[in-house]
Amino acid sequence: MLKLKNVQTFYGNIQALKDVTIEISEGEIITLIGANGAGKSTTLMAVCGIVPPRSGEIFFMDEPITGMEPDKIVSLGICQVPEGRRIFPYLSVAENLDMGAFLRNDRAEIKKDMEYVFDLFPILAERRHQAGGTLSGGEQQMLAISRALMARPRLLLLDEPSLGLAPLIVKQIFEILSKINAENNTTIFLVEQNANLALKVAARGYVMENGRITLTNSSKNLLADEEVKKAYLGL
Amino acid sequence: MITFDEIKKAFLVSIWFMFLTFPIMVIRVNPVEHIVEWRWKNMLVVGIGSFLLSFVWNYLMKRKELGFKKAESGEETGTIPLVQRILGEKKIYIPALVVAGIFTIAFPFIFSLYQTNIMVSALIYVMLGLGLNIVVGLAGLLDLGYVAFYAVGAYAYALLNYHFGISFWIALPIGGLLGATFGILLGFPVLRLRGDYLAIVTLGFGEIIRIILENWNEFSFGPSGIANIPRPSLFGINLSVHESTIYIYYIMIALCLFTVFVVNRLQDSRIGRAWIALREDEVACQAMGIDKTKTKLTAFSLGATWASMAGVMFAAKTTFVNPASFTIWESIIILCIVVLGGMGSIIGVIAGALVLILMPEYLRAFSEYRMLAFGVLLVVMMIFRPGGIIPNVRRVYTFQGVKNTDKS
Repeated sequence: MLKLKNVQTFYGNIQALKDVTIEISEGEIITLIGANGAGKSTTLMAVCGIVPPRSGEIFFMDEPITGMEPDKIVSLGICQVPEGRRIFPYLSVAENLDMGAFLRNDRAEIKKDMEYVFDLFPILAERRHQAGGTLSGGEQQMLAISRALMARPRLLLLDEPSLGLAPLIVKQIFEILSKINAENNTTIFLVEQNANLALKVAARGYVMENGRITLTNSSKNLLADEEVKKAYLGL
Repeated sequence: MITFDEIKKAFLVSIWFMFLTFPIMVIRVNPVEHIVEWRWKNMLVVGIGSFLLSFVWNYLMKRKELGFKKAESGEETGTIPLVQRILGEKKIYIPALVVAGIFTIAFPFIFSLYQTNIMVSALIYVMLGLGLNIVVGLAGLLDLGYVAFYAVGAYAYALLNYHFGISFWIALPIGGLLGATFGILLGFPVLRLRGDYLAIVTLGFGEIIRIILENWNEFSFGPSGIANIPRPSLFGINLSVHESTIYIYYIMIALCLFTVFVVNRLQDSRIGRAWIALREDEVACQAMGIDKTKTKLTAFSLGATWASMAGVMFAAKTTFVNPASFTIWESIIILCIVVLGGMGSIIGVIAGALVLILMPEYLRAFSEYRMLAFGVLLVVMMIFRPGGIIPNVRRVYTFQGVKNTDKS
């Protein structure tokens, strides 16, 4: 479904991604793990077109999307939950969700989807008229995920959803991610520091180091891999 | 209770102020008779005045902090300002609107021509403020060259009329369109800029337009400007100066109402929501599929459209345009209207425009101190009412939401 082929990106003169090749098929949950500054977030930014690659190609549903404008890419069905949540603090929860459905025009369907995300995260329904900035960290993450779901993405990109959250809430969010994947057949590309949890949810994983993919395998094998254990699982 | 500490502090403040104002308030050099006058009485006045004022200041600061504490502990503080409470209640709101409506309609017949004229210029600033509110208040793009679009509108009417004899009613939409075009022209190069950088570039743009108008004699007749611009016509009837002022007043009222209506609709529309979202977080906006380019350009060009239409109005009202009317100072006044009135709040911007434009007119006696009063007003406002005279309703509405959910 999503294919990155030898993607290279730069921030000025600094190379962030070196020959990154990733492949995701439909309905999968894939995770990309790595240390700080490995280039995980940049990979997502490249897919979204916010940081376009300097060379290499990106395909979505076999169509090239390299160098497309971010809004065009979103309209194809790729939606990102950016790192650090980045909800709109002065808009209410409901308005935040409405922004997620920015590119859609079917009011009835949008309403249905809103009910669906309120079903997933009942706390958001309670707080629907509250300003986004007044929510707690966990609620904000839920809102960020819900907002992305409102775009009805075929591919959901998540950038460190566990960032700064209590373990219990992280667990809850990951359970819901699996649920979303199972119910809507939404493909999920998960970027995480919390390798242990991410590999438990995902079917396959990629390991990134200094802008390069150094390892790829099924989650089971990665969890058993000595190197990965030492470097990312802290075992 | 006044403690010893407070007295000490007030004393120090007064000494500081006496020192600060010493050169201007005490020493006066008389160059004719070669004597230096020492006006110690002034120093005493400044000292006592600042001593007393520092108590008032202390009291206000304390009250403000008390308000914060109450808000934190979730007590009822009456954070909802009076005006919004009035707007919330239909019983008060509708009669108030009717009274205001009758007053506006009857205004030119109650008051003199002079007053009507002042009101017309205030209304022009209302329009400018509402237009800039789209750019600064909603989309969060700090535009310091807004007056350029105002100039575009004014010169559009003046030149079109001079060369082709085009009348006001045709020039008004043409001016608006021209403004929108210039908005897009300026918008394109500055799309990548934010905050301070954007402010500097727009400031430069504003000056460029003014300098072009000043120096391109063949095109704009330079500093001498263009005179004898006709006032708006009423189905070909010749109006006297008095009548046409009243007529312009009504056109302005209609235009302002139209502006309020459009801005209000825009605020609640998707594009309005996108502007607010863009102001808050650009990356998140892009992740939601909002076209950053298009959204910013619409904000710029829509804001510019109103400025241009106000410019056409201005040219028709004064019947004379020259570059001196479009200095950077105008841009700053308009920005002050938006900030002082309350960013993003329509009624706030209207109040801000009326206060900032009418006050100097009625306080002409103190015109020497205008800048001083202006500065003091801005500083005091930013400390005690950072949201503006009438802050945006959105925020108040969300605070209510917090309270309700806390109780449930």
